[in-house]
This record gives sequence, structure tokens and C-alpha cells, in this order.
Amino acid sequence: MSSIPATVEPVAADQRSRRDARHDAWFRRLLKACALLVLAALLGAALSTLWGGREVLFGQGLHFLTSTEWNPVADDYGAWAPIFGTLVTSVIALVLAVPLSFGIALFLTEIAPTWMRGPVATAIELLASIPSIIYGMWGLFVFVPFMARIEPALSETLGRIPLVGQLFQGPPIGLGLLTAGIVLAVMILPFISSVMREVFQTVPNRLKESSYALGSTTWEVVWDIVLPYTRSAVIGGIFLGLGRALGETMAVTFVLGNAYNITSSLLMPGTSISSSIANEFNEAVGTHRSALIALGFLLFVVTFVVLLISRLMLRQLARREGA
Amino acid sequence: MTEDTALRNPPPASVQTVASATVSPPAKLAVRNLEFLYGDSQALKNISMDLPEKQVSAIIGPSGCGKSTLLRVFNRIYAIYPNQRAIGEVLLDGENILDTGYPVHKLRSKIGMVFQKPVPFPMTIFENIAWGIRHHEKLSKADMEGRVEQALRRAALWDEVKDKLKRNALGLSGGQQQRLCIARSIALKPEVLLLDEPTSALDPIATGRIEQLIEELKRDYTIVIVTHNMQQAARVSDRTAFMYLGELVEFDETEKIFTKPAKRQTEDYISGRFG
Amino acid sequence: MAADVYMRRRVVNVAAMLLSGLAAAVGLVFLIWILWITVKNGLGALHLELFTKITAYADQGGLANAIVGSLIMDMIALAICAPIGVLAGTFLAEYANRTKLGATIRFLNDILLSAPSIVLGLFVYVIVVLPMSKLTQGAVSFSGLAGAIALALIGLPVIVRTTDEMLQLVPGTLREAALSLGIPQWKLTTQVLMRAAVSGIVTGVLLALARLAGETAPLLFTAFGNNFMVVNPLDKTASIPVAIYQYTNDPNPALHAIAWAGALLITLFVLLLSLSARWYLHRHKVIHD
Repeated sequence: MSSIPATVEPVAADQRSRRDARHDAWFRRLLKACALLVLAALLGAALSTLWGGREVLFGQGLHFLTSTEWNPVADDYGAWAPIFGTLVTSVIALVLAVPLSFGIALFLTEIAPTWMRGPVATAIELLASIPSIIYGMWGLFVFVPFMARIEPALSETLGRIPLVGQLFQGPPIGLGLLTAGIVLAVMILPFISSVMREVFQTVPNRLKESSYALGSTTWEVVWDIVLPYTRSAVIGGIFLGLGRALGETMAVTFVLGNAYNITSSLLMPGTSISSSIANEFNEAVGTHRSALIALGFLLFVVTFVVLLISRLMLRQLARREGA
Repeated sequence: MTEDTALRNPPPASVQTVASATVSPPAKLAVRNLEFLYGDSQALKNISMDLPEKQVSAIIGPSGCGKSTLLRVFNRIYAIYPNQRAIGEVLLDGENILDTGYPVHKLRSKIGMVFQKPVPFPMTIFENIAWGIRHHEKLSKADMEGRVEQALRRAALWDEVKDKLKRNALGLSGGQQQRLCIARSIALKPEVLLLDEPTSALDPIATGRIEQLIEELKRDYTIVIVTHNMQQAARVSDRTAFMYLGELVEFDETEKIFTKPAKRQTEDYISGRFG
Repeated sequence: MAADVYMRRRVVNVAAMLLSGLAAAVGLVFLIWILWITVKNGLGALHLELFTKITAYADQGGLANAIVGSLIMDMIALAICAPIGVLAGTFLAEYANRTKLGATIRFLNDILLSAPSIVLGLFVYVIVVLPMSKLTQGAVSFSGLAGAIALALIGLPVIVRTTDEMLQLVPGTLREAALSLGIPQWKLTTQVLMRAAVSGIVTGVLLALARLAGETAPLLFTAFGNNFMVVNPLDKTASIPVAIYQYTNDPNPALHAIAWAGALLITLFVLLLSLSARWYLHRHKVIHD
């Protein structure tokens, strides 16, 4: 059965070709617009909070950034107390979460038997899926009383050590910077550990094998080979955890105690940028509201920079892998 | 150096195909001074050749010689990659298809391509074939079914799938999938069929069936096949081109290439001295 | 001497192994602790009235309006971010794959993924709530729609990223095969590529839903909350996370109980979604390889 090559009318074919090209161009434009929306969202978040907080940011400027006063009645706002709280709780969270995450990543990549790795890894990642308000509730109703019970012990022991002891003085009410820091640590644990785990797995086996062949212990292979190889990505993962910790609201709002003060003790209540905004926004009017939005702008800028650094560090390793 | 012997010597009687006349067949695809660049590196150097109508022309050569690159110029599929450029002319029935004015969608309805790895679309067997047709022509349901059946028959697949047209194409075997891809291409009634190592991913039995198919298809289509398997080229093609390092070394009747090649390089490759 | 060094190295190694196992145990302990508390307290407060009574009745009521409000806002949010996210992810994978623009957008998308959700809430407040309030002279200010938009911003980067990654897994020859038939790029993308990657894309949408369903902060100043049942998205709308937030802040322990019930509901929903999305994807990936 032979078939004569069909000749669809040349004119129609040309027309169709042109129409196809037109449709392709429109499709591409639509897609590009959607992709650019991502940029727009970030830009919009920055600009809108800058705009909303302009009264305080430009009106009070430096005073806003350095004052520790927070007086809605007198419309006197200083961001320093919330900033302090945000920074301190995040640092505590990192100090606790980084070694733990490292341990978990090490466990999952080198030590655990293969059958255990999948389930345990999934379990740790479930921590990331739990909505942060659940952390807040658990924090307030369960963990705070727990901390209230052990804080006196902390004061007695760690509180006696010169220099460091300062950090552990204070009323053992359970609420406070330390408690918030610990809750945050549990929250960011899965993020940092999953980045570390992924990154440890990219180390070529032959590097590790040649080290083992020389008689290194597992620990030495990790410390001397794996970590240096993945160093920038590990730092990237840490910064990712930091970025998340800085911006977290619900996990810390209930357990911070909502106090505007700067203290040297971790057991004292405090506040963070996101908690202040969450707690006060809906009752706030005028300049108060503007101050809160200004706080939001500061938070956004700081987390953006931290996340930027994180991404850059993570990309360095990806580049080395030839991605 | 390039050789262009196609139009000067008529093919001897022993390799005349049923449909060819006593004079040498007209060139369906004429390549003129073709150069190709991947970024800054040149993959094809000054290629000129005439591919005769309704014959099978094979392109052979060692890895990296540019044979697939050459094939991919013919339907301008390289154009979707930003760094790849073709310079020169390729004339299909006298019109230069490399010209930006020549609509690429029209080109691809005239020149079809089958790839090394079978790539059925994630659709039913029927849809795999109908989808392409539907874009180019408006057919009634009955006509469409007829076209699909026709394409599947020509690709020697109809008997095996006629009861499962509504099943997903991914369930077919490798050889069947490849025949489906061939059916898909010929359903558009192209004039030229480009086959890029069509059987390298298939077992010997499936390979045999497709080679048989090529023998039948050349009655209606001009076929250009790239293969790294010299024996396959000897089995299926009327003319063979030998390429090396981006250049066309020799292009002549298959019988001649494999028994008495004009160039030393060709002979070395054929006899396995390198490759 | 050598034996001492060797012994020391072994001790260090064993200590490291133990500590890392301990770290994993600590992580698991917290996970189990949190989940256990949620299940225990939530189950205790779970009763039919939770689904039939509204929050206006406080400790005599339930969470019916919050559940409905959450459903409405989550669905609207998905309706907004899923199409945009899929199209954006498609742009990255098909049109901008190795370009600078593509790299930049991917980079920024990852930042948006981890950005503080409360700031995104403020963003929507400034560009949606405030203008709507001005436009309608205060008739419409906080609204379920604004809440949905804020949630959409949270789900968007998840979908963009999964769609991008899933499309990149589709082999290049499939594209070439369709183009070789003379099919235009847009048809190829919508009718072949997306179909080939559909399981991955759906997974991305489910994961985005899991994420945005549990968010509280961005809803606080967009949807605000409502003690009554509403179905009009232009009204202030209740949601489970915000109801939990309000009840937790309240001193009444009966409200805390209801809050735990809500917490259980939302946690179950989110965990089931996440697990099944990941399982579904894993199964599909295995089949295709």
C-alpha cells in the first residue's frame, strides 16, 4: 500500500506555522509573567513594609533602632528590645540545634543500619511538617511548666559559675528567652539536619574509602574528610536554620513572656520582633501600627540577608558537584 | 575533502530499487557547504551531499564524527538549544530549510524523525498517533481512525495493538514502542524520514523487524539513517556516507563503499582498523 | 605509646558514635513528646459539637466556623497559587533552564520559601486590606480573600520548586520527539510534558497545601478571625490556626481543651497530607526509573 505524500495546501501550512509561532510567544509571555511574580512577591514584601513603617522609620530613624523604650501611650517606640529578643532566642536555638543536627546527620549517614535510616529520617522531617502553632501550644502548656521545674536547678548549678552564671539568674516561671530558644531549636532541627544529611551524602565514596583504607575511624573520616569537603554547604544549612529561627512567630509568642526589656539573664521574659507584631497589631492604631510594620521591615531585611548568604553557600557546593 | 559522486554515475543494476528510474534519482535533500557549531567548537566542516529521493542513505562513522549532528540539522531540531548554529544551505526540493523564513513547523511536517530511545508520549496508543495528526489536519472521527490504522499498518504494528488502542503506550515493549514512534512520524505523511540509531536500544529480533520495515518504507519515503552498526548500514541502505571528525569523507553506493571504497580512511574504518 | 594513641582514637570514635545516636534520640524524643501531647489532649476534647457549634459560644461551642473558614481560605489559596506556581515552575524548567534569569528566580524563590510568614501577612495587609478598606469606606477590610492571598504566597514557592524539579526530570528526547512532529512548544508543554510530570506536580500542590493549612501568623491581620460562620470570602473569616491562637491566649482552660482538639485536627491533616504526598511521589519515581 503506497501513499502519495500528502500536500496540505502550502498556504494553510504557512498560516498554521505563523499561528503556532504566535501562540508560542504568548505562552512564553504568560509563563514569564508568573515566574516574575516570585520576584514581585519578595520586592513587594520589602517595599510594602517599608512604606507601612515609613512614619517611624524615617520619622524617628536612629532613635527607633537604638531605643529600648516601647511606650504606645507616648508613641515612643524603640526596636532594640524586640531585636534583642529575636537575636538571643535565635542564637540559643542555633547553639543547641547545630550540634544536634550534626549528630543526627552523622547518625543517619554513617552509623545507623540501612534499614533504620529511612524511617528515622522521615520521622525527623515530620518535625518540620508540624505547624508552628502546635509548637507554641506544646511550648506553653507542657514545656513551660517543665522548664519552671528545672529552672531553679539551673540557677543553683549553672547560675553559680562566675561570668556564665549571670545568664541563669531569674524568676523560675518557665517563660523566657531560654525556653523560647529551646522550642525554636527543636523547630529548626529538621531543616539543618536534612541539609547536612543531603550534603554529607554527596561526598564521593572513594574519598571516604581511601581514608578508611588508611585505618581512619568513622569519626576521623567525618571530621577530616566529610566536613571539610562540605564546609560551605554546612554553613549554608546553618544559616538556613538561622533564617527560619529569626522569622518564627507562633513557636515563641506564647513562651517568651512578652516583656520589653533587655536583660542579661536567659531566664527572664522578653519579646521578639514577630511576637510583638503578632500580639499587638490588631489593637494598634496609627503610629503604633506603623512601628510594628517598621519592625516587620527590619525582620524582613535581616532574614533576607541571612537566607541570601545561606543560598550562596549552598550553591558553592552544588557548583563543585558540577550541578 | 568531500566527494560528490551521486549525480555523475548511475547506480549499477544490482542495487537498483523497485521505484528508481534508470537515471539517477533526483536529490530530495541537497546539502551545500554546511557548517555546524556547538558554541565555539566546530562539529561539521563544509559538508556537501545530495540525498536521493525514495532511497535509504546511511551515515556511518566513529563516535563523535558528527553524524547525529548532521541528521539533526535536517529538521532543525538543534535550534531549540541556544548555543548551536548551522551555516550553509540545506535544500528540500530546492528550498533552503535553514532559512529563517522557512517555517519550522511546516518543515517538521515534511521531515520526520525517530530517535534512538523510543519515546512514546504519556497517552494511549491511539492518541500517540492522532495527537500529531490533529495538530496539522482537521479530520472526522472516521478519517482519523483510518489514518491511525494506516500508520500502524505501515509500521507493522497494527496486528499487535489493534485490540489495545486505548491502552497506555508505555505498556508496550521496547521494539513495539519504537515502531509506534515510527508510525507516529509517518502518520503525518512526511516526505523524508530521519532515523537516528533507531535500533541501538533494541534486541536483535526487534532490530530485524525494523530493518524489514525500512526496506518497505523506502518505497514511499526518502530515508536517512544514522547508525554506528556498519553491518546494519550494509543491510538496509542504498547509499552510505562515511564521516570522520566532522567531515564527509566519502558518499557513494553502499555496495561500493563496503567493497571498493575510494578513500583510504573509509577502507580503514570498514575493515575495523579504527573506530 | 602507639597502643595509647590507638586506644584514644577508638575512644573518641566510640564517644562520637554514642553522641550522634543520642542526638538522633533527642530529636525523636521531642517529636514523640509533641505528637503524644497533641493526640492525648486533642482526643480528650474531640466530640461531635466541635464540628457543629461555632466559636461564638466559647467553651460551650465548637470550631465549626473555623473549620469551614479554613477550608474556604485554603481552597482559594490553592486556586491562586497552584496555577501560578505551576506556570512559573514550567517557565524555569522549559524556557529559562540554564539562563541567568532562571538561576536568579530559582534563588529568590528559595528565599521566599523560608521568608518569615508574618512579614508576608503584613505585605498583604498593606496591599490588600488597607486599599480595600479605603475603597469600600471600611465596609470591607479584613477578609477571607486577603487571608487566602497571604496563604497563597506561602504555598507558591513550594509549587514553583516542585514543578521545576519534576519537569527537569522529564527526558529531553520526549521534547524533541514532539517538536519533530511539528507540534508547537506550548502544546508540547501543556499536553505532553505536564502530563508526564503530573504526579510530581500534584505532589507539590499537596505539600503546599500541607504547609499553608497550618499557618497562623499571616492570617492574623488579613482574615482576622470571626466568631460566626461565614461563606463570603469578603468577610472576616475564622480559621483553625487563628482560633487555636486566640483560645491559647485566653485564660479559660475549657477553651484550651478546644484548642487542643483543633490542634489535633490540623496536625493530623497536615501530617497525613505530607506523608502521603511523599509516599506517592516515591512510588511514582520508582516506577518511572
